[in-house]
Amino acid sequence: MKRYLGFLIATVWLSTGWASADAYDFPIDNKFLATVVGTPPEYRAKLPKKIPLKHRSITIFEDREVPEAFFFDAKLRYSQALQKGPAPLVFLIAGTGAAYNGGKNVNMARAFYQAGFHVVSISSPTYMNFIVAASRSGVPGHTVEDAEDIYRVMERIWDTLKDRVEVTDFYVTGYSLGGFNAAFVTWLDETKQTFNFRKALLINPPVRLYSSISLLDRMLENIPGGIDNFPQFYDRLVEQLTRAYKKSDTVDIGEEFLYQAFEAVNPDNEELAALIGVSFRISSANMAYTTDLMTDFGYIKPKNVTMTKNSSPSEFMKVAHRLGFTDFYHVYFYPYQKAKNPSLTRSELINDMSLSSIEDYLRSTEKIEVMHNMDDIILEPGDIDFFPRVFGDRAKIYPRGGHCGNMDFRDNVTHMVNVFSQQEVR
Amino acid sequence: MKTAYKQLQRHLLLLVAVLALGACSTAPVQQGDAVIEPSFSADRVLGDDVAYVSDDISDPWEGFNRSMYRFNYRFDKYVFLPVVNGYKTITPDFLEQGIHNFFLNLEDITTFFNSILQLSGTKTVQTTGRFLVNTTVGLLGFIDVATRLDIPKHDEDFGQTLGYWGVGNGPYLVLPVLGPSNVRDGVGLGVDWFVMNELRDELDMKDSEELVLDIMKAIDTRANVAFRYYETGTPFEYDWVKLLYTTKRKMDIEK
Repeated sequence: MKRYLGFLIATVWLSTGWASADAYDFPIDNKFLATVVGTPPEYRAKLPKKIPLKHRSITIFEDREVPEAFFFDAKLRYSQALQKGPAPLVFLIAGTGAAYNGGKNVNMARAFYQAGFHVVSISSPTYMNFIVAASRSGVPGHTVEDAEDIYRVMERIWDTLKDRVEVTDFYVTGYSLGGFNAAFVTWLDETKQTFNFRKALLINPPVRLYSSISLLDRMLENIPGGIDNFPQFYDRLVEQLTRAYKKSDTVDIGEEFLYQAFEAVNPDNEELAALIGVSFRISSANMAYTTDLMTDFGYIKPKNVTMTKNSSPSEFMKVAHRLGFTDFYHVYFYPYQKAKNPSLTRSELINDMSLSSIEDYLRSTEKIEVMHNMDDIILEPGDIDFFPRVFGDRAKIYPRGGHCGNMDFRDNVTHMVNVFSQQEVR
Repeated sequence: MKTAYKQLQRHLLLLVAVLALGACSTAPVQQGDAVIEPSFSADRVLGDDVAYVSDDISDPWEGFNRSMYRFNYRFDKYVFLPVVNGYKTITPDFLEQGIHNFFLNLEDITTFFNSILQLSGTKTVQTTGRFLVNTTVGLLGFIDVATRLDIPKHDEDFGQTLGYWGVGNGPYLVLPVLGPSNVRDGVGLGVDWFVMNELRDELDMKDSEELVLDIMKAIDTRANVAFRYYETGTPFEYDWVKLLYTTKRKMDIEK
């Protein structure tokens, strides 16, 4: 009897041990807060501060005529960190409106470089420099066209490396829209076969673009009094920041200070949602105005008006920030696509711009894995179920983290790296 | 001996004048008589009674400012950053930090007299403490001993002093090489520079020594600012920089 009891206790003790080893201790429960502030410093994965990340730029289209106002963006900027010997190479694709050298890409580069990968980091196809230098049409947002643009960029960069760098296997990953892009890039690779990606990892991707952009547009309604009251919202934010700034010992307004300030200000959910809305609105304004100048669509800038190097876009800037992703979708993107394909309906386009459009491929390929969060704010209720349904065991869904808030968290970084490096061991 | 350096300064002033005269208009170029209405025109989207965050920032010299902004980009790209990168490559990290500390320590002189002018006892005392400790124990400022002793660092300049006494921004101004500023802060820079220069004259520094010191300071300052022109990913960068500079200065004056 005693023996059984001992066995029982041992089992219980062991299983709780397992349970706690399995428990996910990302510290932020609030999905909005996690999205805005990310992972607190003490919970972040330990990564090397300095890696040999080199900034490069490359001409993608020899014959491209860049609008005069964008004279500085003719070449595509990207970065690379190369191992000394033979190693697998991972391409990183940034999220909506983000650059190759944004914080999330840099941290991913650190993690993969430390794990022994060559790393090449690329901006989002919605990022200004990418639209100007590397988008064939100059109009971002189309799943297949964006994938083709990214693929071309990867090939051009690989051309500059292949004579001097030994690569054992290719991988691709991206977060947010970059994760979504990575799925279509992998799908495209099946026919193009330049890289034959061994694995792809999609981090917090949207399922249906239109659902996510609608959710993000609506977040601006959390500004008290709506967008008309943005100046008051901005002033109050600055006031709160100033109060924290006066109390702090720092004379720099950097990441560290902003982190402290957030703890001091303690914003509520509406304020946080408004901030997220503002941040995506800035991305949407940048993107819409940039593509407008690239194609002379006449979306914000009149068609017969040319911006010189010195022209002030201040009025257009105000207009651009008044318009959301959904305005762009209906008034620019759909008519633009319909002109190329007259039978295209609005709802067809919305359904095409979705992971479901390649669902059969995603279900059958073993290559693609997903890392996502139960409480991601860019998904409609129930949308998260798409991932276990389609990817099965290849989808890892964490209970918390908001939208990409846990990307720097220890467990997530370990998982991210393992998805690729366990391939290498096998 | 003074003349060579003075001549260089005069050349720089001349360059600014040429740029100012060459500054072009900020109006877009229109083909034809009538504007072809865009999908979303300013008239349609922007209400008359709606305020914008940048409304309070006066920028009557925008044409000049935008030209100067582009000049700074080119200067950065072809002169400043290559020199800074070379400096970073050949200088060991500890020395780079030491040189940075040295210049920060000199800046405490500016912070010191402006703290007095802003009637702040705490800042004056703490800054005096920092300067004395760092200049002596910290070997002319190369080692920032004061921060290790938890003496807070402040950053005050004459622009902030003017702001403290209620002087407004004045028009926005993009300065050659130095970048975003406004009339108040530009005057402030001049006063701070004049005071430091008078002090240097007391030290009987040679012309060539002063020049080396100025160049080193410029390189050190640029090496510690992460900003890169036209790499922020927004087609409205000039406007954003103007807004954020103005906001940051407002916060600095209140601190």
